[in-house]
Amino acid sequence: MRVALFVTCVNDLLYPDTGRAVVTLLERLGVEVDFPAAQTCCGQPQFNTGYRHETEPLVRRYADAFDGYDYVVTPSGSCAAMVRDNYPRIAERAAAEGRDDGLAAAAAAAVPKTYELTEFLVDVLEVTDVGAYFPHTVTYHPSCHGLRMLGLGERPRKLLQAVKGLELRELDGAEECCGFGGTFAVKNPDVSLAMGHDKVRHALDTGATILCGADNSCLVHLDGILRRNHAPLHTLHLAEILASTEQHPYQPTTTGATR
Amino acid sequence: MSGTYLGLPSFPDAAHTSTHDTQLRANLTHATHTIRTKRATAINELPDWPQLRTAGAAIKDHTLHHLDHYLLQLETAVTNAGGTVHWATDADEANRITTHIIHTTGETEVVKVKSMATQETGLNEALHTAGIHAYETDLAELIVQLAHDKPSHILVPAIHKNRTEIRDIFHNEMAHWGRPAPDHLTDNPTDLAEAARLHLREKFLRTKIGISGANFMIAETGTLVVVESEGNGRMCLTLPDTLISIVGIEKIIPTFQDLEVFLQTLPRSSTAERMNPYTTMWTGTTTHDGPKNFHLILLDNGRTDTLADTTGRQALRCIRCSACLNVCPVYERAGGHAYGSPYPGPIGAILTPQLRGTTTPLDASLPYASTLCGACYDVCPVAINIPEILVHLRERVVQGGPVTVRGTRTTIKPAKGHAAERAAMRAGRWTLDHPTAWSATQRMAGATRRLHPRRLPLPGPAKAWSDARDLPEVPAQGFRAWWQQREKDTQRGKGEQK
Ligand code: SF4
Repeated sequence: MRVALFVTCVNDLLYPDTGRAVVTLLERLGVEVDFPAAQTCCGQPQFNTGYRHETEPLVRRYADAFDGYDYVVTPSGSCAAMVRDNYPRIAERAAAEGRDDGLAAAAAAAVPKTYELTEFLVDVLEVTDVGAYFPHTVTYHPSCHGLRMLGLGERPRKLLQAVKGLELRELDGAEECCGFGGTFAVKNPDVSLAMGHDKVRHALDTGATILCGADNSCLVHLDGILRRNHAPLHTLHLAEILASTEQHPYQPTTTGATR
Repeated sequence: MSGTYLGLPSFPDAAHTSTHDTQLRANLTHATHTIRTKRATAINELPDWPQLRTAGAAIKDHTLHHLDHYLLQLETAVTNAGGTVHWATDADEANRITTHIIHTTGETEVVKVKSMATQETGLNEALHTAGIHAYETDLAELIVQLAHDKPSHILVPAIHKNRTEIRDIFHNEMAHWGRPAPDHLTDNPTDLAEAARLHLREKFLRTKIGISGANFMIAETGTLVVVESEGNGRMCLTLPDTLISIVGIEKIIPTFQDLEVFLQTLPRSSTAERMNPYTTMWTGTTTHDGPKNFHLILLDNGRTDTLADTTGRQALRCIRCSACLNVCPVYERAGGHAYGSPYPGPIGAILTPQLRGTTTPLDASLPYASTLCGACYDVCPVAINIPEILVHLRERVVQGGPVTVRGTRTTIKPAKGHAAERAAMRAGRWTLDHPTAWSATQRMAGATRRLHPRRLPLPGPAKAWSDARDLPEVPAQGFRAWWQQREKDTQRGKGEQK
């Protein structure tokens, strides 16, 4: 089984700990992971802002970078959804405009092997107890694209519930969007913040010390609000919790107060 | 669409005001959350909901595909039943036809059952200019009219008002329009309803012309259908001598039997009821009963142009149930007025820019009034993929492209004000398509990270972000660099073992 990590551009640049955690976790579960250096970004920011043409080379890049792997695992529901939902659509539209150039084949190759992390763990490796230890109170925010486009369902929560020492606190209005929405956060700052503040308030109400998510894009927004308000709550990617064990407890390696 | 909403601020500007209105936010959150929960229960009662949803979408798609055929069939059926059919290409034409019909009767007053089509055409304003008084009779619509306000929700136009505010509106305004509100009116819902009933009853009995929209038009029989909860609509539809119905051409369905699907999905999806209290159907005219004259005005106003767009045309399936508004987190915070159109919320964000075009700053901002969270698509009883259309329209805004305007295929230019963003996207794409450039960017970010301030004093996107959110700190080493380091270390480790 040849497995590649698609770390995503956001994690590559801002949250390397998440990528490291995925590597640690998968290796602990006996999976040999590779990181093809030709990967960059799935094209979601461009596509969702309306620059469909600009995403075409990135579709091809993704397919080329992961050519020859059986699985591509990514710690981001929205990037996985971008590949699965939108790559075929992008190829179809390009063909209709007379620019196929193998795009359809690229999309067709990419779609079936792309897995969001929790899907890969639960569906492919068939594990929910990954042997993690994390003695903290945690509340979980399911991101919209993972929730609705991928239909991750109970997978993330099942994984969290199996973590030793972890106490999972229910989040009020969990399924409601946090207000990030990519460029939405800067194009509509007032609504974005109003939504973010509500999400943060519900998270604080749980009394948990960690707000966990499976998509760092949502967390960058929520974390920004929490830190601005000096709130006693930290955001953390699910992978980092799952990577944590009694012998090697979670320890942020990046300097700074991001988390 | 009409000029009534022209010149309104773009969505983000309008939302700047509404998100800071705490009373409005509280009213909206309360109302949408209540209906949301009730709706979920009503839907769960139907085990065949997914099939009903597919059937609804299929019926609508089929009809839209053969729209010309069904519209002509409808025209024949309505005419045979004693009605008169008029065709209106745009708002002005619809208003002109309506005004002309009313003038011919010599009347100067009309009662109206809630109609989105007439809001779209700005009929009330047009009638006012022509010296005709139009009275809204839907309770919520009456509140909005008395308050000199605009509707802010498809189904509950006065959703943004609470009952104390409504009491004050009745108390201060009713007397100017007819029967005054009773003295010492309380904000008890029963008392408010009674005040409205007394006020409206007078108008129903006096007025000779009724104006309506329709939820459905049945091609085979020429029957029009209005679905409502109060019975005020039925009064408008049956008491006056002349009935004028102004209906968007997409409201047509082929057969009477097709109604069975929508009469299940519409009430549950909109008011969380198993069946709505009043379903009124009328076919042409009948001797000794109901209106003596019936006029049907079929409104295009951008609909056939929308139909020409293979992705965007799904929006014409909409049955105006308002479920998408009630689950939308953006609508909940921004309120209906921010959308500057009779169609607010997710459906408004995709319908308005298609019907009106994307040339004004407001219309160009609407496709961005969403986080693409997908909650609207999930609830839509006719499975309109709203996020897909939003992204499609964003493309139209930033890149321009082929569209149909008044039946003619043309290519539009990108909307103004996106040049810098476009340049940045292109540059970003170039970097992302060259991994060496991308890792250089990353190294540079790491090296200069001490220079990245937490709060940017800069204008533009960075400011919009950092006004109320801290920026993330850039780590010293990105993932890519870490991986390369690790690879090197393993290689070295292997070398030493030898
Ligand atoms: S788009 Fe769908 S959910 Fe929204 S009002 Fe129309 S039918 Fe209802």
